[in-house]
Amino acid sequence: MSAGTNQTGGTGSGLVKWIDSRLPVFSYMQKEYAEFEAPRNFNWFWNFGAILTFMLVLMIMTGIFLAMQYTPDTGLAFDSVERIMRDVNFGWLLRYLHANGATFFFIAVYIHMFRGMYYGSYKGPRELLWMLGVVILLLLMATAFMGYVLPWGQMSFWGATVITNLFSAIPLVGDSIVTLLWGGFSVDNPTLNRFFALHYLFPFLIFGVVILHVIALHVTGSNNPLGVDPKGPQDTVPFHPYYTMKDSVGLAVFVTIMAAFVFFAPNFFGEPENYLEAAPLVTPAHIVPEWYFLPFFAILRSIDFNIWFVDAKLAGVLAMFGAIGVLFILPWLDKSPVRSAKFRPMYKWFFWILLLDCIILGYVGGKPTDDPVFAGAEWFKIIHLGYITTFWYFFHFLILLPLLGIFERPKPLPKSISEAVLGGGTSGSAATAKPMEKA
Amino acid sequence: MGIVCNLRRAAAATGLITAAALISTSAFAAGDAKEVEDQDWHFEGIFGTVDKASAQRGLQVYLEVCAGCHSLKQVAYRNLADLGFTEAEIKAIAAEYEVTDGPNDEGEMFQRAAILADAFVSPFPNNEAAQASNNGALPPDLSLQVKAHAGGADYIYALLSGYADAPAGTDVPNGLNYNPFFPGSFIAMPPPLAEDGVEYSDGTKASIEQMAWDVVSFMQWTAEPEMEQRKKMGFKVVLFLIILSAILYAAKRKMWSNLDH
Repeated sequence: MSAGTNQTGGTGSGLVKWIDSRLPVFSYMQKEYAEFEAPRNFNWFWNFGAILTFMLVLMIMTGIFLAMQYTPDTGLAFDSVERIMRDVNFGWLLRYLHANGATFFFIAVYIHMFRGMYYGSYKGPRELLWMLGVVILLLLMATAFMGYVLPWGQMSFWGATVITNLFSAIPLVGDSIVTLLWGGFSVDNPTLNRFFALHYLFPFLIFGVVILHVIALHVTGSNNPLGVDPKGPQDTVPFHPYYTMKDSVGLAVFVTIMAAFVFFAPNFFGEPENYLEAAPLVTPAHIVPEWYFLPFFAILRSIDFNIWFVDAKLAGVLAMFGAIGVLFILPWLDKSPVRSAKFRPMYKWFFWILLLDCIILGYVGGKPTDDPVFAGAEWFKIIHLGYITTFWYFFHFLILLPLLGIFERPKPLPKSISEAVLGGGTSGSAATAKPMEKA
Repeated sequence: MGIVCNLRRAAAATGLITAAALISTSAFAAGDAKEVEDQDWHFEGIFGTVDKASAQRGLQVYLEVCAGCHSLKQVAYRNLADLGFTEAEIKAIAAEYEVTDGPNDEGEMFQRAAILADAFVSPFPNNEAAQASNNGALPPDLSLQVKAHAGGADYIYALLSGYADAPAGTDVPNGLNYNPFFPGSFIAMPPPLAEDGVEYSDGTKASIEQMAWDVVSFMQWTAEPEMEQRKKMGFKVVLFLIILSAILYAAKRKMWSNLDH
């Protein structure tokens, strides 16, 4: 151990230094998570990155222990889940945490995404950061879908049948893809087995992409509610302890809400019929996906007409995947140089309209298409509401956003974060940022 | 409840299902069933517990009435200890049923009396036998029924106590029975409960409503045997998390007060 190898300085014992000079894990953590400078003006919506990290770990942990007791066999799967609920010590807690965990994972993901949209977090230089996030969303959806099949209840089976059949819409290779997904000619034991294997694999893929997401974040730095880049140390605070503390508060509140559901209403978000074992000869009256897929399901069903030579089924599938596809190219659709909706008087309104549109899409996805929307107006059916909201979804991203960038007149931006935060929020004043550290 | 109600009334993607599907007699139309009344159950609320006296009577109703057709596969006799039965009582209940065990040393299967560790013995050896004896309809397993229907306990209670004469002009299909609470109104199960159909050992009058109430209390327990432990633990966990959140928030405020903002 010559003195020359020990160049990274840092604090800690001799052992820590010895390791760090060979494998700089300690200095990496120190640099990326402790000293890492974050804008000082995050609001509570910036908690969701930490919350999502926690949720991923919670899902993997509960999932591994569930997998120790679960049997992926069509004859045994349903009973093995009930055995977990009844005979495994705290098995009910593991399963309810895992099932409600999926719901709260999606709640956090959707808040995280809409936060990114409101504050323009996807804009340069954070395009790849955003796109990696969309990849995570896709993987998360695939994982959630396959996980829902595992208990082998009625909705597991019929949901799997409906969703896997979507791929048969693809010209030429569609049927082969479906056979490959099923491992046979219907949803059956081979399907359950491969879904179990992939459901165990995918969270680790998600983990990998999350690491890339965080690496990208640490290159560009975080966006903030003003959407103005930090200009110097007066605009930032060290991530630790300021944001580790703030994230802990948000996480504790989030987990409290989740715990209330886990312990007092564990089946609130679930479909009752999934407590009936899968019966391939008994079709449920209503087949619906879990709530977090409903907006996409609504878009799928709303395209019930042929578009030129594309038949309705394929068009619906394309529209559904297109709904996520437009998110991939969002950084290039939004032409406005201003990030935060705070300074975009028109975009601000359209953001809230889009959010409302997505909520209505979720409502539409959960209703029979020929139900009337309002009692007393029989001519206006759910499917019509689906047409309107689906149109608006794509109109917002493909037409409105590019046009807004040209026609919208943004409000003046503050010169810096510290000016806006410390100077009473008056934008455009000439005052220079004053030094921040009081203590 | 909005999301859940929407989900429950939600749509079939029938256009997308290429698999051929037989529709059971029970799945005609879900929309036209009579509104289920909200009942005041002992197990409701965050401090709700199992009404053991009622659930014990419910076990009697299950064994003497329902068990003729309905299995209870997820529950073992030993689980009855949760309802306050003694070991001797449970052994006596189990001993009245026979299970096939084996193979023995000679490689033969043999019959023996059920023991504590056995699951409730099913009335039929398999689904096909159950259907053959029930006009083609499959009597569902009762272990999870309370969790498997949108109305939960209220729905099962309404169904069991809600048989009525069909309105004039309604043609009840052969082999089915009229029940306004059942989706489609025609149910394969004949009215299972009759006034004084069982004789309660505790002297409770066995009206149809009373028996329906008791058997639903019992079925709620079979569906969620962990409920009391779950709610008890939940109270402590949520209380802890609320206090933790408050302390963390106070610490955060103290820490951030060092900064100008």
